[in-house]
Amino acid sequence: MSDPVLDTDDDLEPIEILTLPLDAWHRHRGARMVEFAGYHMPVQYEGIMAEHLWTREHAGLFDVSHMGQLSLTGPGVAVALEALMPAAISDAPLNKARYSLLLDDAGGVLDDLMLTPQAEDRVYMVVNGATKYDDVAHMIERLPDEITLNLMEEHGLLAVQGPEAVAAVARLIPGVDALVFMQAGAFDWQGHALWISRSGYTGEDGVEISVPAEAAVALADALVAQPEIRPIGLGARDSLRLEAGLPLYGHDLDPTTTPVMADLAFALAKRRREAADFPGAARILAEREQGAALRRVGLLVEGRQPVREGATVVDVGGESVGRVTSGGFAPSVGAPIAMAYVPAALAAPGTRVTLSQRGKPHQATVAPMPFVPHRYFRGVK
Amino acid sequence: MSRYFTEDHEWIEVDGQTGTVGISDYAQGQLGDIVFVEAPDSGRSLSKGDEAAVVESVKAASDVYAPVSGTVTEGNPALADEPSLVNSDPEGEGWFFKLTLSDPSELEALMDETAYAAFVAKL
Repeated sequence: MSDPVLDTDDDLEPIEILTLPLDAWHRHRGARMVEFAGYHMPVQYEGIMAEHLWTREHAGLFDVSHMGQLSLTGPGVAVALEALMPAAISDAPLNKARYSLLLDDAGGVLDDLMLTPQAEDRVYMVVNGATKYDDVAHMIERLPDEITLNLMEEHGLLAVQGPEAVAAVARLIPGVDALVFMQAGAFDWQGHALWISRSGYTGEDGVEISVPAEAAVALADALVAQPEIRPIGLGARDSLRLEAGLPLYGHDLDPTTTPVMADLAFALAKRRREAADFPGAARILAEREQGAALRRVGLLVEGRQPVREGATVVDVGGESVGRVTSGGFAPSVGAPIAMAYVPAALAAPGTRVTLSQRGKPHQATVAPMPFVPHRYFRGVK
Repeated sequence: MSRYFTEDHEWIEVDGQTGTVGISDYAQGQLGDIVFVEAPDSGRSLSKGDEAAVVESVKAASDVYAPVSGTVTEGNPALADEPSLVNSDPEGEGWFFKLTLSDPSELEALMDETAYAAFVAKL
């Protein structure tokens, strides 16, 4: 049997694989560790399928401390950041998280990120682990000197996700359940300052907790002591986000993709579209009006065999016209699913497409995303 | 009947000229949840080391190699509907395919159960 090629990030080859605050904690709980984004990370504990289904039914604890947490401070920080991304930040309410995209001058996506204005002169940002140093370099080069960028490497980031997540976390940290989706705030846990956002990347309700590194092990222990919460590895995190239709940077997004191609036009704030003042605005706004040549779509794959990243979308003559950027078996769907970039003519839901993987054809149907409904908590209506 | 193992974690159970091939318990544990198996069609001629079958877990695809040369007589039909048999009974009901051996002397290069257990213990 050939060695399974795990879907780790091998674009980055650091000289030394680094460890995160919960490294020993994961190993003690039987995690299988892999290299991801330059760190030793848990890919699974009891098994990806069981962990995935547990998260959809109860709650999972995900260590995402490899991600880049940034604190940007200084006068006019919100306006300064708007020069780099298409979000409306300067007129946004405090403590409200939003999804945005770091764009290059051609409108290509350098990273996707979450940002939260914490004060008039302070923005908290979470970027992808594999891109964080590039992001920092990009921002330092372009932001005015009076803006200070702090990469919060002394903080861990723990996501608790699932329908029972918030009730379980609120038992430890009272008041967390008062947050609604994409709302954030400062909390105290046993004398440690936490920053908690009601958000995540699984499609489920849940929170993301920024915790000082010295308190990360104690907090992780307290979280998994709750009967609803089990530790979950990166493997299930990937299958959960795929079912939720959420793109993964380095796979479904990269500098050759634009927000419109990636079906992320919602991240183009109205005021910013009207002012056309973000990087690549001319191209991106033209694509928004006329449609992009390629579009990111969801695919339901026929049969049982997963079609994964690297497979091609082919026309009747067998010529490659698109590419699969993520794919795998979807535990909650019970079938293989994928994300692909396809020509606009093939992007409508219901369109049948042919995929080619290792020389073998597979049939698939374009499907609306998410594949599994989002269950975010937007407040009591 | 005798059972042999390869360093790539296939097993072959030999009865006369017929061999039954699967992957070891160690291999299924490494792969995790198996969601798809593509077994070879009967009549296919395999040389030792050929890519004979594909096994896919939630995360990854792997090739299963022919432990010896021969002609496939049957793929395991049960795996089409229940690939998880490879997880639950890898060295029994979760077999992949049967073949008629063309060169039984190739078995001499494989490990017996004891040698394979020692091999796995060092991984």
